[in-house]
Amino acid sequence: MVENSNTPPSTKPPWHRDPIIRGYIYQTLLIAAVIAFGYFIFNNTLYNMEKRNIKTGFEFLSSEAGFGILFSLIEYDESFSYGRTFVVGLLNTILVSGLGIVFATLLGFIMGIARLSPNWIVAQVAKYYVEIFRNIPLLIQILFWYSIVVKLPSARKSLAVGDWLFLNNRGFYIPAPVFEEGFGIVLGALLVSIIAVYLLTKWAKRQQEATGEQFPTFYVSLGILIFVPGLVFFIAGSPLSWSMPALKGFNFRGGASMIPELMALLIALTVYTGTFIAETVRAGIQAVDHGQSEAAHALGLRQGLTIRLIIMPQALRVIIPPLTSQYLNLTKNSSLATAIGYPDLVAVFAGTTLNQTGQAVEIIGMTMAVYLSLSLTISVFMNWYNKKIALVER
Amino acid sequence: MKFVKMLLATAFTVSISVSAFAGTLDDVKGNGSVKCGVSTGLPGFSAPDASGMWKGLDVDVCRAVAAAVLGDASKVKYVPLTAKERFTALQSGEIDMLSRNTTWTVTRDSSLGLNFAGVNYYDGQGFLVKKELGVKSALELDGASVCIQAGTTTELNLADYFRANKMQYKAITYDTSDQTVKGFEAGRCDVLTSDQSQLYALRIQLKDPGSAMVLPEVISKEPLGPVVRQGDDVWFNIVKWSMFALVIAEEKGVTSQNIDNMKKSTDPGIQRLLGTSGKVGANLQLGADWAYQIVKQVGNYGEAFERNVGMSSPLKIARGLNQLWTKGGIQYAPPMR
Repeated sequence: MVENSNTPPSTKPPWHRDPIIRGYIYQTLLIAAVIAFGYFIFNNTLYNMEKRNIKTGFEFLSSEAGFGILFSLIEYDESFSYGRTFVVGLLNTILVSGLGIVFATLLGFIMGIARLSPNWIVAQVAKYYVEIFRNIPLLIQILFWYSIVVKLPSARKSLAVGDWLFLNNRGFYIPAPVFEEGFGIVLGALLVSIIAVYLLTKWAKRQQEATGEQFPTFYVSLGILIFVPGLVFFIAGSPLSWSMPALKGFNFRGGASMIPELMALLIALTVYTGTFIAETVRAGIQAVDHGQSEAAHALGLRQGLTIRLIIMPQALRVIIPPLTSQYLNLTKNSSLATAIGYPDLVAVFAGTTLNQTGQAVEIIGMTMAVYLSLSLTISVFMNWYNKKIALVER
Repeated sequence: MKFVKMLLATAFTVSISVSAFAGTLDDVKGNGSVKCGVSTGLPGFSAPDASGMWKGLDVDVCRAVAAAVLGDASKVKYVPLTAKERFTALQSGEIDMLSRNTTWTVTRDSSLGLNFAGVNYYDGQGFLVKKELGVKSALELDGASVCIQAGTTTELNLADYFRANKMQYKAITYDTSDQTVKGFEAGRCDVLTSDQSQLYALRIQLKDPGSAMVLPEVISKEPLGPVVRQGDDVWFNIVKWSMFALVIAEEKGVTSQNIDNMKKSTDPGIQRLLGTSGKVGANLQLGADWAYQIVKQVGNYGEAFERNVGMSSPLKIARGLNQLWTKGGIQYAPPMR
């Protein structure tokens, strides 16, 4: 190539050809278009609803609901407002999701570890569990468990354990504790013993690191936890009584109960999500090099300790991110509750409330916002936990 | 730029679909069928029979409108809807009219952007209980579990009734009437509550209909009728008068059997109904024979009632309130003149 001496020395290109400025312009245009589109949709909706004389706004939240809800964690009856039905539904959703996450995690970890068990029967049971329940649609499983639960004996022919536990097609009834005056002291004693156990564990760990001597932390802790609050309980004069479930008229009254809808939904969500968690756990464990457990065994650690101290901490780093997705799935799947009449947010608020008020846009918007914020909260927590257990390089 | 064009195109289509909204009559004529929202299956009112044909009192209102507008009662597209879906489907234009045992209330009339076009069945809410419970009156239901369909006025009436009588209850709320019956059959609840007409219909769906009975109490007024969107008065009038035509035909003794003879009638009322004199059809923007087609193909109100829910149906519901006003009921149509 011959250098052309006539070419002016490279100067800055004109602004409209500067890639950086161009980039900014395009991005601004895109954002403006997205906002304009959103604004258009919003306005168009408002305009059309007004034209068709459909009421808009959130005033309906304060008017009286006038319908009953099967099951509520907070005080609710027909005279409460539509806003209250939102809270009732929300809490019911959180209840079933929270319980579901706990049970699915337990089941998933047990089954995931069991799949890798050297015991042939255990491994096969875990394998068939995963393959069967992972491959049946969740809705069908919910309907299946519900149909089983409502086929339990009727209230008058309940399955009973003494006068304490009753199981029938109206629910599972247990005695409920009734706290009397003075129970606060017992709770205080419990709190104190928990703190003591925490300090003891820390001390024992430091002691072991320093001297290599082990302290029987588990049994001593258990003793503290049972003995101290127990003693205070009797000194305070047993400030606790039980409300017993008893058959009165059509149904059991008194005690605490779990409605069949919740049972069926919880079983289905746990069993279904448990399969995915089991596979995640298996993958996480298998991702840890076999040499690690061989080394642990060579050091003389038992199988249980090897899993707890060597394998799991490393496996968790692989397990947590997909586990987060499973928690999010479970939370969102809980909205299938409406199929069997469990009063969750979708059934109560996006169902009955929507139909009684007719304010579809507002109610669906609120419902979507709830699931979004629930999911984001779980995400944030799990990401924090993930960071915490990430491999610390020393 | 492409994106902006797309945006404009979308905006354009949206505004078109909005402006096309007003003329339901033109839409129906253009499509050659009436899109009618019905229940997901309620014998006697709207349910498909063994051959898949929709039958029932509510279905006959759809058929009457199709006969009036298109001259053919079979040109109806049925859209089965749950109680929860029905109003949204109508508001959004998915259906042209809703004829789905829907109770006329002030809230629905004033805040949903809808109009009720009349009452094709006067109903009231009742209770269905298992005979083995030995309950003889609704006032003995304190503490009972009640199966109920979501999104209905029934839910509100139930709450009112138990509150007024200082009784406790637990409402188990299902989405479809089918689920509600299954819940009742499985024993999940002691009582099933719904409009009385529905209770009779649901009772014959039980495996053993003899095991359940309808309690005598009627705890609410449930005027059921077809619904249309507000802001389209031409269509509103057509649906309203299609229903009145059924009643007027019964008043005048015009049936699907004798209608061709009746055409020769000298009674001016019958002449106006059948379009042999007057301009009723033209004023409704329909053909002169609109009501003739309705009665010829669907029958009059009495025929529809007997066929679907009356003594010649499995439901065997007495006319009661739904008898003509001249015979002790309250079915009444404004004069056709």
